[in-house]
Amino acid sequence: MSKKKRKFFFFLGLILFGLLISLTAEYILPYGPYEQNLDIALQAPNSTHLLGTDRYGRDMLARTIAGAQITVCSAVAVAFIAAAFGTFVGLFCGYHKGKLTTVLLRLTDVFLAFPVMVFAIAVAGILGGGTINAAAAIAVVAWPKYTRLVRNEVLPLRREFFIEAAQMSGFSFWRILFVQILPLVIGPICITAALDIGTIITEIAGLSFLGLGTAPPAAEWGSMMSGARNLLQSAPWTVFVPGFAIFITVALFQLMADSLRDLADTKSTR
Amino acid sequence: MRGYIIGRLSHLIPILIGITFLSFALMHTVTTDTVDILYDQNGGATEAVAAEKRAVLGLDKDFFTQYVNWVVKILQGDMGNSFVSGAPVLTSILDKLPATVELMVLALVMTLVISLPLGILAAIRKGSIWDQIVRLLSFTGNSLPDFFVAIILLYLFAVKWHVFSFLQADSSTLPVLPALTLAIAMTAKYMRQIRAVFLDELGKDYVRAALSRGLPYRYVLTHYVLRSVAAPLLALLAVSAGSLLGGAAIIESIFLWDGIGKLAVDAIMMRDYPVIQAYVIWMSVIYVGVNLLSDIVCGFLDPRSALQGKED
Repeated sequence: MSKKKRKFFFFLGLILFGLLISLTAEYILPYGPYEQNLDIALQAPNSTHLLGTDRYGRDMLARTIAGAQITVCSAVAVAFIAAAFGTFVGLFCGYHKGKLTTVLLRLTDVFLAFPVMVFAIAVAGILGGGTINAAAAIAVVAWPKYTRLVRNEVLPLRREFFIEAAQMSGFSFWRILFVQILPLVIGPICITAALDIGTIITEIAGLSFLGLGTAPPAAEWGSMMSGARNLLQSAPWTVFVPGFAIFITVALFQLMADSLRDLADTKSTR
Repeated sequence: MRGYIIGRLSHLIPILIGITFLSFALMHTVTTDTVDILYDQNGGATEAVAAEKRAVLGLDKDFFTQYVNWVVKILQGDMGNSFVSGAPVLTSILDKLPATVELMVLALVMTLVISLPLGILAAIRKGSIWDQIVRLLSFTGNSLPDFFVAIILLYLFAVKWHVFSFLQADSSTLPVLPALTLAIAMTAKYMRQIRAVFLDELGKDYVRAALSRGLPYRYVLTHYVLRSVAAPLLALLAVSAGSLLGGAAIIESIFLWDGIGKLAVDAIMMRDYPVIQAYVIWMSVIYVGVNLLSDIVCGFLDPRSALQGKED
């Protein structure tokens, strides 16, 4: 295993390990993320509550670890859905020539003309908040960049001999699209999607922070920070702990995506 | 050149139609009826009254007629009235616009002041400790959500050091902290882009030719390279203006800076749909306008980019 490969699997392993801990948090941590005890409210980090407690006496460590579930899982799902849909449209627009392609490309331009967060805030605001709606709002704005990317990759391929050969062999339109072309463009899609996950995490957390995403009392980093905002002076850990959780998670995904890109680079130069 | 500008402007029309159509369709899909919302606050209304109101507002017509009527009204400067205050939406948007523009401009200036020297330094001292530091800074900045940066800044400057008052609602002073928050997020992205553009340019033949003719490095850098990277740097800055506009909504709400972003977030909380609609349209038009302007300026700075645009 090359050094670059090891680096990639190291970060991927770290992410999966963190996710596993988060999903099993209820069984391995002494306190549950929703266990209230007003007697111990707003304790600073100490030996029994390593990261302190919030205003309802809930253990910050348990809540923060459990918070990864909602944010990370929905971010990965959003990235996957957006990448899949954008890729599908991009493949079609890159290979097919016709009125539908023109319409789809114009539509993509329109979506790209909206600043991402502005549109996401509006969509989430109209749909009315909640985890699913926030995720949907982000997915709606995240797909067009995949369409652009994939189309630009597909366009030069259209004139390649092996595509002409496939056409002359009588392969169907969809078969050429998915069997001949897709495997050649999947690399850059994966890298973009991996880079995207970190951004999506901050966007989902941002929507929750505005009260447009996951609603309290659910353990979600953005809404935890939002709820604790006015405690910044008296109990700063209630705001900083989920904040650093987002920071560390996004950083991990960035490192993973970077190492994936490096990995792909060696293949292309070899 | 004029042809290029006209071409870019005509390209804008379908996008503007798309933006308005999408914003309209979004509001149209809202499950709750506009008239119901209007009357719910006053304890509901009889069907007859509601139907009459629908006819007055044109809500009994089909989707496309409603859309066209709505666009015509917007072009006449009527973006509807707020459900909450009843005031014309356009007036309140125009009221809040200067504050947001002030914040944006200050954030852009801060971004340029921080990222230009650091990005150039990282490029000309590639691989040095400076390059590593810039790399680390932009990595950290990219991993920090802007609202967390806002909170860190508030904690440091307001709680710990008491440099600024806790919440800066006063519009007579400059929005230093909110602008700095936005600038930090932008700098993280922009620094790396500046570095990449500079590295690309420094590797070109004309730089080697100028250096081998004995021109001092500093002279080549300021007179040749800086001039030719102006266009791509401007284009990148215009693209990232989108994240600035989006970030402003969150940042303005945190710092209680009385701009369009805060207006929109407040409107969402109160389900004030006309205001949300106007917000989306204004922000998108500003974003599209900024990018158009940067394209045109780039066309003047580097006529080749105008020619490339033609081939599309």
